[in-house]
Amino acid sequence: MNRLNQLFNEKNKDLLSVYFTAGYPDLNNTVAIAEALEKAGADFLEIGFPYSDPVADGPVIQHSSQVALDAGMTLNLLFEQLGELRQRVTIPIILMGYANPMVQYGVERFCQKAAEVGVDGVIVPDLPMYEYEMLYKDVFAKYNISNIFLVTPQTSEERIRKIDGLSNSFIYLLSSASITGKALQLNDQVDTYFARIKAMELKNPTIVGFGIADSKAFKKACEYNNGAIVGTAFVKFLGSTPDYLKGISEYVKGLKE
Amino acid sequence: MKYSVNEQGYYGDFGGAYIPEMLYPNIEELRQQYNAITNDPAYKAEFDALLKDYVGRPSPLYLAKRLSEKYGANIYLKREDLNHTGSHKINNAIGQILLAERLGKKRIIAETGAGQHGVATATVCALKGIECVVYMGEIDMERQAPNVARMKMLGAKVVPATSGSRTLKDATNEAMRDWINNPLDTHYIIGSVVGPYPYPEMVARFQSIISLETKKQLLEQTGNELPDYALACVGGGSNAMGMFYHFLDDESVKLIAVEAAGLGVDSGHSAATSVLGKEGVLHGSRTILMQTDDGQVIEPYSISAGLDYPGIGPQHAHLHKVKRAEYVSITDDEALNAGLLLSQLEGIIPAIESAHAFAYLEKMTFKPGDNVVVCLSGRGDKDLDTYIKHFGY
Repeated sequence: MNRLNQLFNEKNKDLLSVYFTAGYPDLNNTVAIAEALEKAGADFLEIGFPYSDPVADGPVIQHSSQVALDAGMTLNLLFEQLGELRQRVTIPIILMGYANPMVQYGVERFCQKAAEVGVDGVIVPDLPMYEYEMLYKDVFAKYNISNIFLVTPQTSEERIRKIDGLSNSFIYLLSSASITGKALQLNDQVDTYFARIKAMELKNPTIVGFGIADSKAFKKACEYNNGAIVGTAFVKFLGSTPDYLKGISEYVKGLKE
Repeated sequence: MKYSVNEQGYYGDFGGAYIPEMLYPNIEELRQQYNAITNDPAYKAEFDALLKDYVGRPSPLYLAKRLSEKYGANIYLKREDLNHTGSHKINNAIGQILLAERLGKKRIIAETGAGQHGVATATVCALKGIECVVYMGEIDMERQAPNVARMKMLGAKVVPATSGSRTLKDATNEAMRDWINNPLDTHYIIGSVVGPYPYPEMVARFQSIISLETKKQLLEQTGNELPDYALACVGGGSNAMGMFYHFLDDESVKLIAVEAAGLGVDSGHSAATSVLGKEGVLHGSRTILMQTDDGQVIEPYSISAGLDYPGIGPQHAHLHKVKRAEYVSITDDEALNAGLLLSQLEGIIPAIESAHAFAYLEKMTFKPGDNVVVCLSGRGDKDLDTYIKHFGY
């Protein structure tokens, strides 16, 4: 059982996850940001490994990736930085990025290294279910790394059931079919969508991402789901706050109030 | 056919559909419907009629006598430059707009490099009265200003891609983002044999008219439907795939794909993907692409905006790997000189993309009587500024 499963066994509601891009805004603060987020009360974290062509991301996260790449962030460096992570951080860690850097690194080597440095799961939005099943499922299982699938309002029930069957940690529920950074619309459609998924009684917890920017959106997501992920809004905060390590505690408090 | 796609969308090790879940319904809809729609007799009849009366097909196969004399072989030009809108791109745009119409889509998006595909898409959208948004790299908008004006005149909205290298790769990213944000009413007309399955296969089929006609025309003109060589330039590779398509299983036909070396393959300013690239995933498929050891896409360079792309289509990657086609490269200067040569020997000013294919003739040796077909994929009007600057006219 990895840390994600342990977390969901111990706590299954109002879970807060925070996303940030490794190497942004400062190349060597990846672990320090993670540590500050844990202290501030985040339940688990998503650390983005930057990619030059992130098609599922909006301008804010794309910019953060470019800044990190320009500063010299690589997968090798990220794994090096994460080497000390488990001495300072205990909450589950998920790496989020795109297929090509992972494929270049070598999927087995990637999973082995991720497991070594204490990573619990991976989100790769452009790695679809078919390719995962055909090419990578056994490798992920060998190293006990969870692959987390996305579900959108357009995903069919049949496909959600299949994703539920293939998942062993949680399902990443997109608040809308869009790139990152579009604010969650608090309307009937969202309620209907969340209620529809809840009624399916999936075996995996559902965590909502994309568009969760404040406590209002966080609460709405948690009404129907096990928790939510804040990404673009936090990356914006990092980019606009000079002493961001000190400000993280207040920021996270603001999301939960 | 030996080199075709399999049921899962792979050409050997390449292809597939590496797309975020947000695009899955769109891609699945296309995958399930495109065969049925394109095989429908009413679709075929409309497609054929538009190709004939609107595009002006069949495009001629022209025996270029002075060029033939120069190279000591029979050099035939497949005149895609004579198509309406001035390039092969219209073949695919017609095919896809009819498909989008039957899928009930109300909005079209496209990406464009040189503007040829953007103009073709804006044209078919005007023809059908469908809203059109074209993404184009900011740099390409500057160097291909006449095509930007054409698209606007045709009623399309041209949106600059301002990220990355501000060229074709980034325009493609922006178009994919638009599609993710507008999954229900929008169809993305991809302009090359790239992208997630079924796009590479679909675009290749729409462009296969090039080799289908060539076979027939060669038979009429030479008594043999098979040439000794078929040459075409390759960015993503749609005109090349159209030129190769019906010759793939005729192993006697040597297929030559000409990439853009830019300032030279080793100069750090190149788009010669098959030489500089490695296997990876870009824009929805597993293919060969130019990238760092860390899997970051390297920004390509070519004087030709249409060849300025860091990858090639997955079928090309397969043909390269199994050595069915030969992938070579030509520098900016070589291409511009070949463009000038074709202008002065045959009275045809080619697009700089196509000029890359012609430049490779200089590097080949022929037996007397060899039949060589070169895909003249586009006309050079859009590139006049570049020619003028280079030659100082």
